[in-house]
Amino acid sequence: MQHEWLYIGLFLVVGIIIPIAPLIIARLVAPRKPNPIKQSTYECGLETVGESRVQFKAQYYIFALVFLVFDVETVFLFPWALALKQMPLFVALEGILFITILVVGLVYAWRKGMLEWA
Amino acid sequence: MTFWNDPIRFAADWLRDLLTGWGLAAQMTDILLALLGALLLITFSLVLAIFLVWVERKVVARFQDRLGPNRLGPFGLVQPFADIIKLIIKEDITPAGADKFLYNLAPVLALASVLLLWAILPLASVIYGVDLNVALLYLVAAGALGTLAIIMGGWASNNKYALLGAFRMVATMISYEIPMVVSLLIPAILAGTMSVRGITEAQGNVWFFFLSPLAAVIFLISAVAELGRAPFDLNEAESEIIAGFHIEYSGMKFGLFYAGELLHAFTFGGFAALLFFGGYGGFFGLQNLPAFAWLNNPFVQAPVFMLKALIGYWVIMWIKYTMPRVRIDHMLAFNWKFLTPLALILLMTTAVLDRVLDGSNWYVPGLFLSNLLIAWATVEILRAHGRRQRKAEAARVGTGCAQAGAPTAQQ
Repeated sequence: MQHEWLYIGLFLVVGIIIPIAPLIIARLVAPRKPNPIKQSTYECGLETVGESRVQFKAQYYIFALVFLVFDVETVFLFPWALALKQMPLFVALEGILFITILVVGLVYAWRKGMLEWA
Repeated sequence: MTFWNDPIRFAADWLRDLLTGWGLAAQMTDILLALLGALLLITFSLVLAIFLVWVERKVVARFQDRLGPNRLGPFGLVQPFADIIKLIIKEDITPAGADKFLYNLAPVLALASVLLLWAILPLASVIYGVDLNVALLYLVAAGALGTLAIIMGGWASNNKYALLGAFRMVATMISYEIPMVVSLLIPAILAGTMSVRGITEAQGNVWFFFLSPLAAVIFLISAVAELGRAPFDLNEAESEIIAGFHIEYSGMKFGLFYAGELLHAFTFGGFAALLFFGGYGGFFGLQNLPAFAWLNNPFVQAPVFMLKALIGYWVIMWIKYTMPRVRIDHMLAFNWKFLTPLALILLMTTAVLDRVLDGSNWYVPGLFLSNLLIAWATVEILRAHGRRQRKAEAARVGTGCAQAGAPTAQQ
């Protein structure tokens, strides 16, 4: 068990080092002649107006909230799915009850118009 | 155990003997071997990515009735190497207002998140990085890391287009992760395990595609969305936000994003093959007959898996070059009002039927028919909904054209 995660850790380290290698080669080989025009923000030839890091639409936040509910739900559903074969039918029905409660949440958000992109 | 039926273990044992013979500690040898295995798998996947560049360009050309690269080498096979040389010698421009650290980290992380998936991808029953017992959760987690890289790139570029692309990517990812996870739960229920190898081995006699075709389709759709490929390529949308999150990237950094995207698509093709199409095995019980025992040889299984993954990759390309881009409200509505409820209903049905029909002769046909029934009901509901909308539209226009399906443009 520990060995597996050690392997994943090594995999992550190698997986980060190997993509860096071509960047280093490019740094050595590629020309580098920066000037202010070249380094300015690309916007179809126009000068950038105002701050580039604009505020995001509040709608994204609502979708993130709905997502959060379902994402936490799935964490609980995985153990349920794995144990299903050894458990009585009652457990399957209980899982369905759990999903139904969340579906009610989805329907509520739907009826409230939260899922409309306004 | 010989080289021919377990090449990796054979080579590892030989190396372990050699290294311990040189006086290395056993733990040190283990770490060294794991490192070597990781290097081997990552090198293989990157060489594959170079080949995929050629496949992608050639297939796109065919879809668009062109020839594609055909000058460098036979069938233009040397073209990707020319591409790499060009990308390396191009100047790498960093915009003045960029957050340097995040700007440089983003492309590396984008590729690393894909490479991480290869740790759990079994090429054959004995050729795999690691057989995690929580592989499906790991798959979702590594996918989220790729999204993080895109947000990083979009935010650090100090460009409005890039930031818009990043926002859209977040919206896509958090929406389509739900149907994807639910469609991953279905193989987990059917196989009773989360390990990718376990799920593949459970499909020896019948592919999970035949037990749950809808789950395979939902997985494919949400995989395409998670990849950010057309018709869900809102994060790069060339015609509205130029290139989206990688607008400011040039040279090899852009190359890393590009290689990461292609490899990601192939990897999801591979996961679709493993989870629903039997992966490296799954010859419908043929491999259990003595005459066909050679099908279990890793040297047969690995090409079979690669072929299935390539077919999955081809389908993803097919979708990409056929569909026009969807609008963001359509994309979110499609997910939340259609795909998520459908996936949840499918999950509930599968859970009950799997429990009730377990061990009976009706197991396979029952699950298959239940899927067909759900698909039919869905199509009927959609048709009724469309008809209602057309009627409302006709009433609103006031042409009296209440006939369902009649084109209103004729008036």
